[in-house]
Amino acid sequence: MLYINCPHCGMRSQNEFSYGGDASVKRPELNKEVSDQEWDNFVYNRKSLRGKHLELWQHISGCRQWIKVERDTATHEIFRTFKADEEVA
Amino acid sequence: MQKYSIFNLVKNAFSNHENWDLAWKDPTPKEEYDVVIIGGGGHGLATAYYLAKEHNITKVAIIEKGWIGGGNVGRNTTIIRSNYMHDENGLFSEFGMDLWRKMSQDLNYNVMFSPRGIINLAHSDAQMNAYARRGNSMRLNGIDAVLLNREQVKEIIPMADFSDNVRFPIFGGLMQPSAGTARHDAVAWGYARQADSMGVDIIQNCEVIGFDVSAGKINGIRTSRGNIKAKKVGLCVAGSTNILAEKLNMNLPIETHLLQACVSEPIKPVLDNVVTFGAGHFYVSQSDKGEMVMGGDLDGYNSYAQRGNLPTLQHVLTEGIAMMPFLSKLKMLRTWGGIMDMSMDGSPIIDKTHIEGLYLNCGWCYGGFKATPASGWTFAHTIAQDRVHELNAGYSLNRFNTGHLIDEKGLGTKTWIS
Repeated sequence: MLYINCPHCGMRSQNEFSYGGDASVKRPELNKEVSDQEWDNFVYNRKSLRGKHLELWQHISGCRQWIKVERDTATHEIFRTFKADEEVA
Repeated sequence: MQKYSIFNLVKNAFSNHENWDLAWKDPTPKEEYDVVIIGGGGHGLATAYYLAKEHNITKVAIIEKGWIGGGNVGRNTTIIRSNYMHDENGLFSEFGMDLWRKMSQDLNYNVMFSPRGIINLAHSDAQMNAYARRGNSMRLNGIDAVLLNREQVKEIIPMADFSDNVRFPIFGGLMQPSAGTARHDAVAWGYARQADSMGVDIIQNCEVIGFDVSAGKINGIRTSRGNIKAKKVGLCVAGSTNILAEKLNMNLPIETHLLQACVSEPIKPVLDNVVTFGAGHFYVSQSDKGEMVMGGDLDGYNSYAQRGNLPTLQHVLTEGIAMMPFLSKLKMLRTWGGIMDMSMDGSPIIDKTHIEGLYLNCGWCYGGFKATPASGWTFAHTIAQDRVHELNAGYSLNRFNTGHLIDEKGLGTKTWIS
């Protein structure tokens, strides 16, 4: 069982959350020419690295907020959590 | 190579079975090969075998970080099927079914292929309609499919829950009678033994740490056991694809996720077929040893752990008990996990890359084991001829760019959503 520290609600079990994938993926800017390659990178291509991974989770059975979680994909250790709009250094 | 036969079995009995040849050797890496296959799993071993057998290319090495057959080919639930709707998947898998049927003779190794049939249960009228459509599509591609009504399903699997007040009543099911199971380890070992006998070097405990690429062309690989020159390199590393792709500065439509499976204690024969639950993701079959072999959803987040987490297992087994209540009486014997190369449309990639001489085989999601022979056969063709075969033409890397996705399950880009 993973325990995720929701920045809004505190420590909760993984059962309350739903996974949202890589949080480092940025949607291409609007109002400018977007190449096919940029769309590909946004929609399909992922680094999916072994080790530290910044990802989105939704506290679906709690406050229903999207949050960012920094987690190790090999050990499943969770280092830090952030609000969705927080910049991650 | 020593042939495995009843005659040799009797002969070796007189020497207490101490004089059998080794099934494969343990060579030190040579300086150069025509083809290097990275990944000594089912697909890599099969690729090497078909390179030697079909294309007469024997200066081949398989580079494996751990030991052969220690990854997903040793961790799956051994199901073999071709019950796909889309032409690309159906024709590819049905070609594989033919290789499965001949495999034990072909490899002189008993892979215990057991065509016991797979039944996908339906739990609503809409699902019956969808299965009728899928079954028709399968039959148009020459794949056997039978639509079963509730009574017919009850006759085949009477232990499923047919009571009146269940949440997901069984309306019927779609059966592929020629689908089945095989002994997964034997598949890896059979391919390894034959490949080795034809001159392929199987190099274990050898990690790839980099690639030697110049002017858009592959020249070789760097490994923990030294540099190896190669004219062609094939990647067959399933859940580790992204790790190697990063060393090549390639961004791939793949995420690595964890999939669990489990077996119960062995019981007397109760289930003749492979059965899948239609209102969730759960499947079960019974092994020759009597264990109920079960699996279902991904754990649902990127993972390289090769070991699972209990919430998903509980969720999957709840579905199993809803389908076959007697499963709740069984004790769990083992659970384990493997890491899946989840592609963004749920279908695999077998293709050339933008680097000359570098070939890619990945994206197998839940269905890598059954694809082993067809994947090896088509990947060997792609490498040997430097062009894709018509069977894997649809499994191109650039389909994500051109929009020709093969989205069998309609899951879109979030293949890990359960």
